[in-house]
Amino acid sequence: MDNKVILTMRGISMTFPGVKALDNVDFTLRQGEIHALMGENGAGKSTLIKCLTGINAFEAGEIRVDGIDGPVVNHSTLDAQKKGISTVYQEVNLCPNLSVAENLFIGREPKTKLGTIDWREMTKRSEKIMKDLDMQVDVTQNLEEYSLALQQMIAIARAVDMDCKVLILDEPTSSLDDNEVMKLFTLMRQLKEKGVGIIFVTHFLEQVYEVCDRITVLRNGKLVGEYPIADLPRVKLVAAMMGKDFDDLASIKSEETPKFSDEDILIDAQGLSHKGKIKPFDLKIHKGEVVGLTGLLGSGRSELARVIYGADKNQTGTLQVNGKEEKINAPIDAMKLGMGLLPDDRKAEGIIGDLSVRENIILALQAKRGVFRLLPMSKQVEIADKYIDILQIKTASRETLIKQLSGGNQQKVILARWLATDPDFLILDEPTRGIDVGTKTEIQKLVLQLAGEGKSLIFISSEIEEMLRTCSKMAVLRDGEKVGEIVEDLSQETVMKAIAGGDGNE
Amino acid sequence: MSKIKKITGQPLFLPIFCMLLVMAVNIFYDLGSGRFAFNFFTVSIRNGVLYGRLIDILNRGSEIAILAIGMTLVVSASAGTDISVGSVMSLTASLCCMLLAGYGVASTNTLAVPLIVGVLAGILLACVCGAFNGFLVAYLNVQPMVATLILFSAARAIGLLLCNNLIVYVRNDAFKFFGGYLGFIPTPIVIAAICIAVVSLVLKRTALGMYIQSVGINKDASRIAGLNSEKIIFLCYIVCGLMAGIAGIVASSRISSADSNNIGLNYELDAILAVALGGNSLGGGKFNLAGSIIGAYTIQAITTTLFALGVSSDQAPVYKAIIVIIIVAIQAPPFNAWVKRLSAKKALAKGGA
Amino acid sequence: MKNKKISSNTILLFITIALFVVMYAAGCIVYSAKGFSHLQTFLNILINNAGLLCVACGMTCVMLTGGIDISVGSLIAMDCMLLSVGMERWHMNAIALCVLVLVIGIVFGLVQGFCIGYLEIQPFIVTMAGMFFGRGMTAVICTDQVSISSNKLFVALANMKIPLPFGAYTSRRGIVQVPYIRISVVIALVVLVVIFLMLRYTKFGRNLYAVGGNETSATMMGLNVKKTKLKAYVLSSFLCSIGGICYCLNTMSGSVQQAKGLEMNAISSAVIGGTLLTGGVGNVIGSFFGVLINGTISTLVKTNGKLLSSWSNIAVAALLCFFIVLQSIFAKIKNSKN
Repeated sequence: MDNKVILTMRGISMTFPGVKALDNVDFTLRQGEIHALMGENGAGKSTLIKCLTGINAFEAGEIRVDGIDGPVVNHSTLDAQKKGISTVYQEVNLCPNLSVAENLFIGREPKTKLGTIDWREMTKRSEKIMKDLDMQVDVTQNLEEYSLALQQMIAIARAVDMDCKVLILDEPTSSLDDNEVMKLFTLMRQLKEKGVGIIFVTHFLEQVYEVCDRITVLRNGKLVGEYPIADLPRVKLVAAMMGKDFDDLASIKSEETPKFSDEDILIDAQGLSHKGKIKPFDLKIHKGEVVGLTGLLGSGRSELARVIYGADKNQTGTLQVNGKEEKINAPIDAMKLGMGLLPDDRKAEGIIGDLSVRENIILALQAKRGVFRLLPMSKQVEIADKYIDILQIKTASRETLIKQLSGGNQQKVILARWLATDPDFLILDEPTRGIDVGTKTEIQKLVLQLAGEGKSLIFISSEIEEMLRTCSKMAVLRDGEKVGEIVEDLSQETVMKAIAGGDGNE
Repeated sequence: MSKIKKITGQPLFLPIFCMLLVMAVNIFYDLGSGRFAFNFFTVSIRNGVLYGRLIDILNRGSEIAILAIGMTLVVSASAGTDISVGSVMSLTASLCCMLLAGYGVASTNTLAVPLIVGVLAGILLACVCGAFNGFLVAYLNVQPMVATLILFSAARAIGLLLCNNLIVYVRNDAFKFFGGYLGFIPTPIVIAAICIAVVSLVLKRTALGMYIQSVGINKDASRIAGLNSEKIIFLCYIVCGLMAGIAGIVASSRISSADSNNIGLNYELDAILAVALGGNSLGGGKFNLAGSIIGAYTIQAITTTLFALGVSSDQAPVYKAIIVIIIVAIQAPPFNAWVKRLSAKKALAKGGA
Repeated sequence: MKNKKISSNTILLFITIALFVVMYAAGCIVYSAKGFSHLQTFLNILINNAGLLCVACGMTCVMLTGGIDISVGSLIAMDCMLLSVGMERWHMNAIALCVLVLVIGIVFGLVQGFCIGYLEIQPFIVTMAGMFFGRGMTAVICTDQVSISSNKLFVALANMKIPLPFGAYTSRRGIVQVPYIRISVVIALVVLVVIFLMLRYTKFGRNLYAVGGNETSATMMGLNVKKTKLKAYVLSSFLCSIGGICYCLNTMSGSVQQAKGLEMNAISSAVIGGTLLTGGVGNVIGSFFGVLINGTISTLVKTNGKLLSSWSNIAVAALLCFFIVLQSIFAKIKNSKN
């Protein structure tokens, strides 16, 4: 642990319009250590990484890199690479149509005396790199022939070969299976032996405990602390990430849960799955029940909800709605069965940016009615005004383009879109993300009100407290698998233990 | 400054501005050549029909206006253009004339089949062409312009085959009607008006307009909200084919023949230009049908003016191509960013001084 | 080491070569009486399509980046018209004119490449405008059909026969026929080889593949995507101008309607030869076979004598459609695997 420090970031601050993204954050990386950077969504992990690699410019603080005198400011990824800081992202940033050797060397190909590319030399050097890393790869094959894990490792190999001292791995494991993750870890340990400092960003707790030496936790743009791995058991890590002291949490107890009978089952999923995204799961939802899906980001909670809704094709397993077996091929089928989905990625799948608030609100209702039964304008206006009023959507007028609204109000418009269809079953995926506290409470009240009217809901949120207030049952997910349900004794403690997995207190 | 912005921000600013520009050029031209300044606008009745340059533009611009309707929808829904419309026009004309005259007949006065059969068969074939394009784009995810490139080159060749490599003349008054006169008004104007009216009515009375824009703006979100994105794109291409068919019949009736090599020549450029000039982004999304229509007539006005200035029909595309590039370049995000940076610099310089 | 797996792209190339062989063999059998099986028939395909081959090489480079260039046909018409009018009406030097044509090609490509690379306008829109611009400019230069007959150097070049040392045969009349090629074929083959080497052995060549493979990745790996695109379009227009000279050597005339639909032939040659429309995969060797298939189709139609010439257009379009659908299906299979 007394290794040489190779990278220090001191007092880094930066603001996005209106938000303090990083507030006086320190980070230290030593030679030959694997250092986990942890935090919930929006904690500032990726912003910190981007400040380091020059994608974002920071406002205050300084970065020092071993071997370079004075503070370092990078202006681009290339700039950072030249200083020995390489990054490998979640999605493989290589060209699938080129050979492995080319991917390793593109932009810095070995040349012959004539100035042409020396393929023989390139292959030879690539083979050596692969051999050094103990990887069985035919470097003349196209990259796309190999699994994602190998591609990810080739990306790392490229980064390492460019003389890097600091290697940043930004969620490299999200698309890998267990076996592939193991291979990646072996590679990481090899690099560690060679003295490379690795910053490892991930959402998978188990992985952190498997390879990392040290953990830095961020929350809401602030540094929570830096801990050696032995000093921070899982439950404490989760508590640190979520901003609750573990001891305080034990005192909060949940309310009594209402009882449901089997006759009231609205949704009954058996062995439902989506290849590569979520393993087969069973789930029963009663009328008037609010089911919370909990787990860390990337644990498959959105995917589970999406499978029920048919948002992605290739749904397998059986689904019964109101006791009848149904096959959902497209969202419209789900909607006709009375479902609705408020997706978590508001921008990509929620709003239709160039349409007005009114059009965005009535879109789903219109789709349900069919193209020839256009809602009369007066009715459209009535519906739009009704929900603008009920949800207190702050907009200049109902004809304002939705892209001009703030994030929270956009979310309310999408919520209004689904409420307008009068659904029996509504899936809310992170409905309160990026919304102020007052609105959050409103949405929570709305959820309870809807449940009181006999509607069923799935509620997904990163904030456990919020889920405790609204849900009568929680399904826990970990690594793309539903690992359990908590019906009784709903409390922060039980939920966090379930999320953390393992023994909880090791 | 803010007033100017308010005016330029209007959705119909671009097409109307261009139209006014063209008119101004005409006025100066007439003045320069010693004629009455508003020669351009005079409408009179000669030989019992309307006459005048303005009427001429409305008349000749009908095909472009009809094509622009379909093109607007295609651009909006699929963020790509249909470059086969000109060729499909020619194919429609070929089939129609071939049926009317009988296979292998070069010239006829009597119709081999009832007029309505020939016309409907032609339009149906155009719809099939649209469906073919739509299938490739919507269901096979081929880039729109590559998909339509196939028919762009094949449709004319098929037309030549249908006509046995001949220019088929149908010298029949009933057939000439579509390109002739209805009372004292040129029929093409009436046909274009009907097409515009029907399509705008459909867009107004059904949710189709909203569906198309929604799919064009955000395909994924539209799917989640319950729209069948593929089907909507497919439909737009069929409508585009239908419009090309109608335009083909009109163009063919004007010259009472099917000249496979020349009917609808360069019309795809005109139609795309009309859409761009109408203030619609070629990147898809929101559309403004009225803009496209005004754009279409503006194009025709430009063409007519160019002809009046002594530019031949072969040369006219040079100017139109330049206009297209300028309009698209102004719409391009990097250009806007550059302008913003420039004005920011100017503001900074002013603030500094 | 593992055996090299056969990728779907290699399959496409094999389909193409097999298609050519089958088509040519069928021609030899059906039209043997008309002398189809003679070596000269094959050489004539090369001679007639020398210009197309140059254009197809340029098109392949552009398509590798994921773009397309449909201005090539009109650019050729403009080149031919400029050459014809320059020699016949303005009495200019043939060499100077050829240089001028090449320079115009580069400028043309620069403008298109700038709009596509730096202004990020869709390639199709830009090159479509280029297509109409070129055709219109041809008419601006001259609207007549102009034949080249007075320029001695150019005529001599066009008529020059380069005999091949093998494959001589005796015709039915008892005259020994020595198979020959023309200068345009030599130019086209040189272009083919140079582009092949460029794509394989230069940084620019590999960058083309990288940009087409994944633009974001290419940027992340530190390549200048904008500049690569610009260069690709300049190259395409430049090769197109060389193709225009070859084309002119064959036709010895210029007219507004010349080389109409050539862009279609060039694109289909590239696509048939295994270049993906989405970019990143392809090779000029494939495009060479694509050109040969194009040439064979039109030769077959011509040899038949009874078929209308539009049949060859339709056949090419149908083939293009078939290969596009094939590509799309391969892409869907690949997506579902991932």
